[in-house]
This record gives sequence, C-alpha cells and structure tokens, in this order.
Amino acid sequence: MMKTWQAGKRLLPMTATLGLILAGCGREDLSVLRPQGPAAESSFDLMKLAITIMIVVLLIVFSIAAYVLIRFRRKPEQREIPEQVEGNFKLEVLWTVIPLILVVVLAVPTVRAVFAAGNDHSDDKNAIKVKVTGHQYWWEFEYTDYGVKTAQDLVIPAGKDIAFELSTADVLHSFWVPSLAGKMDTNPDGTINRFSFSAPNEGVYRGKCAELCGPSHGFMEFKVKSVSDAEFEQWLASMKSPAVLPEDPEIAAKFKSACLQCHAVGDQGIAMGPDLTGIGSRESVAGILLNDDTGVDGAPILDNLKTWLHDPQGVKPGNKMPDPKKDLGLTDEEIDGIAEYLAGYTLD
Amino acid sequence: MDWLTTVDHKKIAILYLWAGGLFFGIGGLEAILIRIQLIKPMNTFLDAQTFNELITMHGTTMIFLGVMPVIFALMNAVIPLQIGARDVAFPFLNALGFWTFLFGGILLNLSWIMGGAPDAGWTSYTPLSTTTYSATHGVDFYTIGLQIAGLGTLIGGINFLATIITMRAPGMSYMRMPMFAWTTFITSAIILFAFPAITVGLVLLTFDRILGANFFEVGGGGNPVLWQHIFWIFGHPEVYILILPAFGIISEVIPTFARKRLFGYSSMVFATILIAFLGFMVWAHHMFTTGLGPVANALFSVSTMLIAVPTGIKIFNWLFTMWGGQVRFTTPNLFAVGFIPTFTMGGVTGVMLASAPADFQFHDTYFVVAHFHYVIVGGLVLGLFAGLHYWWPKMFGRMLGEGLGKWTFWTFIIGFHMTFFVQHFLGLMGMQRRVFTYLPNQQFDLLNLISTIGAGLMGVGMLFFLANIFLTSRKPADAANDPWEDGRTLEWTIPSPPPEYNFKQTPLVRGIDAFWKEKTAGHKGMTPSEPVGSIHMPSATILPFLMSVGIFIAGLGFMFSRDTFSSEALSFLFNNYIVTGLGLLITFGSMLMRSLYDDHGWHIEPEELEGR
Ligand code: HEM
Ligand SMILES: [Cu+2]
Repeated sequence: MMKTWQAGKRLLPMTATLGLILAGCGREDLSVLRPQGPAAESSFDLMKLAITIMIVVLLIVFSIAAYVLIRFRRKPEQREIPEQVEGNFKLEVLWTVIPLILVVVLAVPTVRAVFAAGNDHSDDKNAIKVKVTGHQYWWEFEYTDYGVKTAQDLVIPAGKDIAFELSTADVLHSFWVPSLAGKMDTNPDGTINRFSFSAPNEGVYRGKCAELCGPSHGFMEFKVKSVSDAEFEQWLASMKSPAVLPEDPEIAAKFKSACLQCHAVGDQGIAMGPDLTGIGSRESVAGILLNDDTGVDGAPILDNLKTWLHDPQGVKPGNKMPDPKKDLGLTDEEIDGIAEYLAGYTLD
Repeated sequence: MDWLTTVDHKKIAILYLWAGGLFFGIGGLEAILIRIQLIKPMNTFLDAQTFNELITMHGTTMIFLGVMPVIFALMNAVIPLQIGARDVAFPFLNALGFWTFLFGGILLNLSWIMGGAPDAGWTSYTPLSTTTYSATHGVDFYTIGLQIAGLGTLIGGINFLATIITMRAPGMSYMRMPMFAWTTFITSAIILFAFPAITVGLVLLTFDRILGANFFEVGGGGNPVLWQHIFWIFGHPEVYILILPAFGIISEVIPTFARKRLFGYSSMVFATILIAFLGFMVWAHHMFTTGLGPVANALFSVSTMLIAVPTGIKIFNWLFTMWGGQVRFTTPNLFAVGFIPTFTMGGVTGVMLASAPADFQFHDTYFVVAHFHYVIVGGLVLGLFAGLHYWWPKMFGRMLGEGLGKWTFWTFIIGFHMTFFVQHFLGLMGMQRRVFTYLPNQQFDLLNLISTIGAGLMGVGMLFFLANIFLTSRKPADAANDPWEDGRTLEWTIPSPPPEYNFKQTPLVRGIDAFWKEKTAGHKGMTPSEPVGSIHMPSATILPFLMSVGIFIAGLGFMFSRDTFSSEALSFLFNNYIVTGLGLLITFGSMLMRSLYDDHGWHIEPEELEGR
C-alpha cells in the first residue's frame, strides 16, 4: 500500500503538467477536460493519473522499439545466424511485476472513486431531487419536492447537490453533462438509476444523450442552468404561477385545441410532450436550436420557434410531434402567432 | 463448380479470403460514407435514418463478416500445414462452416435492398431493437443473418479444436506448437464458449420480434438490461476471438524476419491462456453506466485492468525477440513492427476505460470509438495484413510485390493514425458516438475534418493492396518452398502452393520451430515419420452448399412469415411457413443424404505421388 502511494506521488508532477495541457482542450461548458464540478473533477483526476501511467508505458515501449529497430537491422554482410535465445526468466518476471504494480496504482483510487460515485444523495434533506425522464428525443425534468415539471432546460441552484432519479419513457437514453459529471443510462421502470452532481459555478452547461436512441439521437441535447439560490426560488415560483395564454382569443383557442392536447403551460394542458411553461426564457428550442439574439451560436428565439413549428421533422427527424400545418391544420399565420406568443412567454 | 464442392482446406481458405474481402469492402465503403457525413457540422449528405443503418451495418459487417473470415482464411490455409496434417479433422464440416457463414452474410446484406437495413447499432440494444421502435425487417435480418453466419463460425471453431488436438505430426507436443497454432487453438476454445451465448440471445430477440415473445419487451415484463448481459458475455470474448489470432501472426512473422526464436515462448502460451480466461470475466465493463452498482463496477474494473498484465508480457517478448536479431523490413514485417506500437496505444486506452469512474466520461463517446479502432484496425487488421503478405506465397505460389506492399503499409498506417488519434480528443471534448451530425462551434469541426481525410488515405492504402493482388495474379506461380528464406515452421518445408495432400510423408518434429531446427542442423528438409504410402482423401461434395442454401431459404421464410403480401399466393406461401418448411426440407434432406450414402473418399497411390 505504502509503495503504491509512493509510486503515485512520483507521478504527480507529470499529472499536474498534463492537467494544464489538457485543460486547453474544448469548451468550458462542454469538455470533459475542463471539469466544472466535483463529480467531473473526480473522473478527471483518475483520467490524469491513468493517462500519466499510460504515457510512461508508451514511452518505454516506443523507445525500446525504436532502439531495437535501429540497432538490430540486418546488415548486408550479415551471414552468421544470431544466437537463439529461449527467454530470460528474470526479465519476464520483471515485465509481469511492473504492469501489476501500475495496475494496482490505478486500481486503488479507482475503487475508492467507484464507491464515492455510488453516493447518490437520494435521502439527503438538503439535496434537490430531480426526476429525469428521457423521451425520443427530449428530456423531462420533474422537481418532485416542488411539483414542478419542465423540459430541455434543467435549472439548478449553484453548489447544491442534485439527486437524480433517471428513467426512460421509451428506449434507453443516457444522461450526460460532460463538464459536470459522467453519464448514466436512463432505464425503464424496475432498473431506475440514481446519481448526483452539483455545479458550484453559475452558468449554462451543455448536456447530451449518449445512448443511441433513434434517428435524432445526436440532437437529443439539453442545457443545465446553474443559478443563484434566489434566482432558483424565483424560477420555481414563476413556474408554479397560473398559465399565461395568448392574448388574441383566436390564437388562444387554436393553441388550446391543437397544442395543449400534448403540451402543458402552467396549470393548463397535459405534459405528454415537453412542458412549455416560460419557454421564452429557455436556452434553446427543441434542445438544439440555440437561442442567441446576437446570431453567433444560433438565432433569436422567435426565429427558432418558427423554424420548429413550420417543420418539426426537418429539425429533428423522427420526433413524435405532429406537423402543426399538415397534421394539426394550422395556418401559417396561426403558427406565427403561436410562435410569437411562446417567444414572449418568459418567466420573471 | 469445383469451388462449390471443394472440401480441401486450402481452397476453403481462399473462399474465406474472397468472401472476407467482399464484406470487408462493403464495410469499408460504409465507413467512408459515415466519415463523409461527419466531415463538417450539420452536414446533409446522408439523412439520420440512413446514417444509423450505415453505422449498424458497418459495425456488424466488420466484426462478424469482414475480419472474421480473413482470420478463418489464414487459419485454414496455415494450421494444417503448421502442425504437419493433411487436412482439418472434418473437411465436410469445414465446407459447411464456410457456406453457412457466406449465406448468413448475404442474408444480412440483402436488407439493403429488401426494405431497410438494421438500425439499432451493431449491439442491437433493446428496446430500440424491438418491433415497437424498429418496425422494418432490418433487425430481423440482423438476428437471422447473424444466427446463420454464427453457425458457420461455431462449426469452424470446433473443427480447429479437433484438428489441433488430434492431428499434430509425431513429435509435436503442445509446447512445440507454433504460436499461431496456439492462438488458433485458444481462439477456437473461446468461440466454443462464447458463441452459444449470442446464439441464445439472437433466438430470444427473434422470438420477441417475430413471435411476439416478451423476453426484452418492457411492457410484457421483459428486461432490456438482460440483452446487454447476454450480448456482452458473448461480445467481450469476441474481441479476443479477433485479437488472439493477430497475436499469433505477429509471433510468427517477427521471429522469421528477426532470424531469432520467439522470446519467452512458454510465457507467451501462458499469457494467451490467461487473456482468454480473463476475457470471460470482464463483460460488464461495457455496462458501467447501465447502473450495476459500485460493487460490480469495482470488480469489473479491476479484473479488466488485470488483462494489461499478460498483454504487456506479450509486447515485451516481441520486442526482445528482435533484440540481438537481424531485423529485415519486408512488407509482412513492416506490418508486424507497425502493429506493436499501434496496438500498445489501443491497449493503454483500454486500461484507461477500465477505470469505471473515468469510463462514466469515456463511455459512448468518440474516445471509445478511437480505442476499439486502435485495437481492431491498428491491431487485428495490421496483423492480418502482416499474415496475408507473409503467407500469400504459400497460399497462391506468388510473392506479393514488395514495392506496392510498402506503399500499402505507409498510406494505411498514416491514414489510420490520422483518422483515429484525433478521435480520442473529440470524445474527451464532449462528442458522443453514433451521432449523425453535430452542431457547429463546439470545437469538433477541425478534428472531424482531419479524421475524414485520414479515412480517405486508408482507402487509398486498400487500393494499393488490391492493385498488388491484381498485378501479382498475372505473374507466374513460381514461389520457392521457403520464399522468405528464414521460415521456421513446417508450412515452409513443402511446395508453394502445397499439393492437395500437403505432406507426402508426415514429418517428424524434433523441437520448437521444427524446420529451423533441421536447417541449422544442416538438413535440407524434415525427416519423415512414415514411409511413402497411399493417402486417403475426402470426396468433393455439393451437400454443404445445399444445406446452407436450405437454411438461408428457411431464414427468409421465417422472417416474412407474419407479413401480408400484395399477392395472395405469396401470402399463402409465407404465412403458412411453407417457404420455411421448404428450406428446412432442403437442409434436412441433404443431411439425410449424407447419412444414408456412405462415402469412403478416395486414395492417392504412391506411384502418383512420385510421378509429380
Ligand atoms: C401547434 C401546437 C404545438 C406547438 C406550438 C408545439 C411546440 C413545441 C415546441 C416549442 C417544442 C420544443 C420544446 C423544446 O424542446 O423546447 C416541441 C417539442 C415536442 N412536441 Fe410539440 N408542439 C405542438 C404540438 C404537439 C403535439 C400535438 C404533440 C403530441 C402529439 C407534440 C409533441 C412534441 C414532442 C414529442 C416534442 C419533443 C420533440 C423532440 O425534441 O424530440 N407537440 N413542441
Ligand atoms: Cu439518444
């Protein structure tokens, strides 16, 4: 035990340098290499240790290989037969024992981290409990203690432990926010998974589905919004306030008859599809049309909503929403009206 | 016709090679299409459904139909020769194994033209692969095609086990067997234990899909995680079925071209057995994120890491085989030497993946894609190239061109590293696998572009190889018995290509590297262990082919048994299992013929042997 720790310690300087180099890789809100929370950090520490050991191994193998290949090329004048060596017991023991030690160096912290990651906070009074349900191809988040349901944007208070309960409504998905924690599958009832993470820094993080789930698997993205406690409380309060319906009564009627048979806003409708309460404040439409008024990363929300409502299949092939025009019989004007209403439906 | 009825292991080897080449080509084209789609963000070259079909078929084809037959080709071509045998133990079964494999593969690929390829990934995880979420016949083609092809593999494995156990030349004890024979032996044992698992899995999934059973159907009380266990109990050993023969090839090629015996032979044998054993203990490392709980994850983490130990032994033994030798850089040896660092890189990322908490991040990302391609392409395919260039003269009597061979090597290996090295970083930067496209501005764009260019370069390498084969086939077949001059094992003691009966007289083996031993003792050839005598040969027969056609028809019939067709007659034939019955009738009829009609084979008499 003592010995492995020493070996681990000797690897530390290299691990540190490596950490610095790798931290240059990828976006802060997305990359595994730029962890933004304790869970991701624990994975990252193990990765750094593993990469360090592995680079050492590679360097040894590469240098022996290079040496052998240069030193022992056959020269044209060589006729005599090289000595036929049977093996070398000591050497062979050496390269059995060294890998074994390296494995132990990696295995000990691995096992420790495995059990630490098993800590799911499900009976922690201070943790926020969120039930995540994967659907083809969108994410539903239910705050069981608060009776609030939302979709695509997971809003959490910064620094608090979030206790997740993961399941799926259809096929397997996998819930993954690379910069906050490793992924966990969403299984059907009976094999429900629990885990937890926290995001100490306020900000928006990109989440993905990591298990093939059908044509739009690649588009099954979501955002995690880490906000201050006060903002979180306020968000909860406005999510619970009564629904705001379109001002124009005709649009309101259409919205109720066509959209609310699957969607919900506030206390209206049923949330079979994504809950649309306060959708004007979200980071994206359908998880992938990024809302960005500057147009750098996406388009203004109104444009995105129109894009989606005019052609949901074009945006996300294979998704389960009917086409508003063809299947639900809405006119272009009605669709644009609904889009404007939704874009303006923000939470304060 | 000759080719349809042959039971000669050398001809079956060539059949396997062409079949493997065909499927490898299909799988390669699929890969190129996938990479073109991913060349830039939000590309619209392919649609999402087609992309999913392509990744499913690419994976399935490559694992089951692309490299497997090439491995079997080399085993068939080489094993009987290496152990001094006149054929495999069951020549009839050998032919049957090939034909069921081929017809299974054809059935699977028919899905492209018969209404939709499988689209649930090569792992076919349920519930995505159930009829609820995959409504075309795609996954049926997968289950039934693989079932039939798997039958061929299982038959082949059993045959090699029997051959190696019973047919070694006098004096060839287990500890004198060439390493390739050893790895073939162990591989066959793994096949024997692993394939029944996938067979059962595929049967259950077929029942769910075609007969409406509920093994995996959640609504009916089935458990989708069960499929994952069954699949990986087979799937992980399958990886070793693929890589062990490559280890064997490398262990043949390196000693030959270093002119030294394999360093640490007995530790190599021991390491191979250990890898096979551990290979069965680690399947759940594919399932860390499924939620098995910390105890299982810890156990499977540690047992997986342990595989690094025997693998490390092998790598150092290869390096020390060359130490003090005289290394020649022929094409086969270039591939073998290229194998060592490349495979090592795949191995170390494997150890990284074994650490479960880190795997929560790696799993289902491009990091994993990079890892297994380093092992399968950088390991196995480089190994197969080494083996093909090495044994080509023995199989065909012609040396492949060295110039083109070197071009193949350099374009292929540079293309390979370009394609897959950057994918490690894509994965770590947050790109999940099996996505048909990705949003821009995630810093994925450049690395994906590099990756696609690399894939193109690998394609060019394959073209060089094909050109080499084509040009070589037009040269006279005049390769020497021992064309590399430093051959160490028995296959190099007989003509290239070998006569139908391989050895006129079974050789007497006096040590490891039998031929080298005789050469260094100043002898020209092997000492025979028997006088020249009449040689018994099995008769050619069409029955294996017919049996496989029967199974193929039965499979198609079963698959469409619940469909309604536009024509009444077709509906009648399929819905009443008449087509299925007809297929089975052909198969069982052929079996009956085989049992009733006693075929004693034929003999090659001594006069004829001398006449050559
Ligand atoms: C015209 C009326 C409708 C409107 C305005 C509407 C609006 C939306 C919007 C804005 C989204 C994206 C939500 C987000 O991810 O931020 C969405 C997604 C979705 N809608 Fe609707 N919807 C309508 C009708 C329906 C109906 C009738 C159904 C059910 C049959 C439905 C099912 C879905 C589903 C399943 C998704 C998730 C698609 C995915 O992301 O994979 N929608 N809808
Ligand atoms: Cu998905």
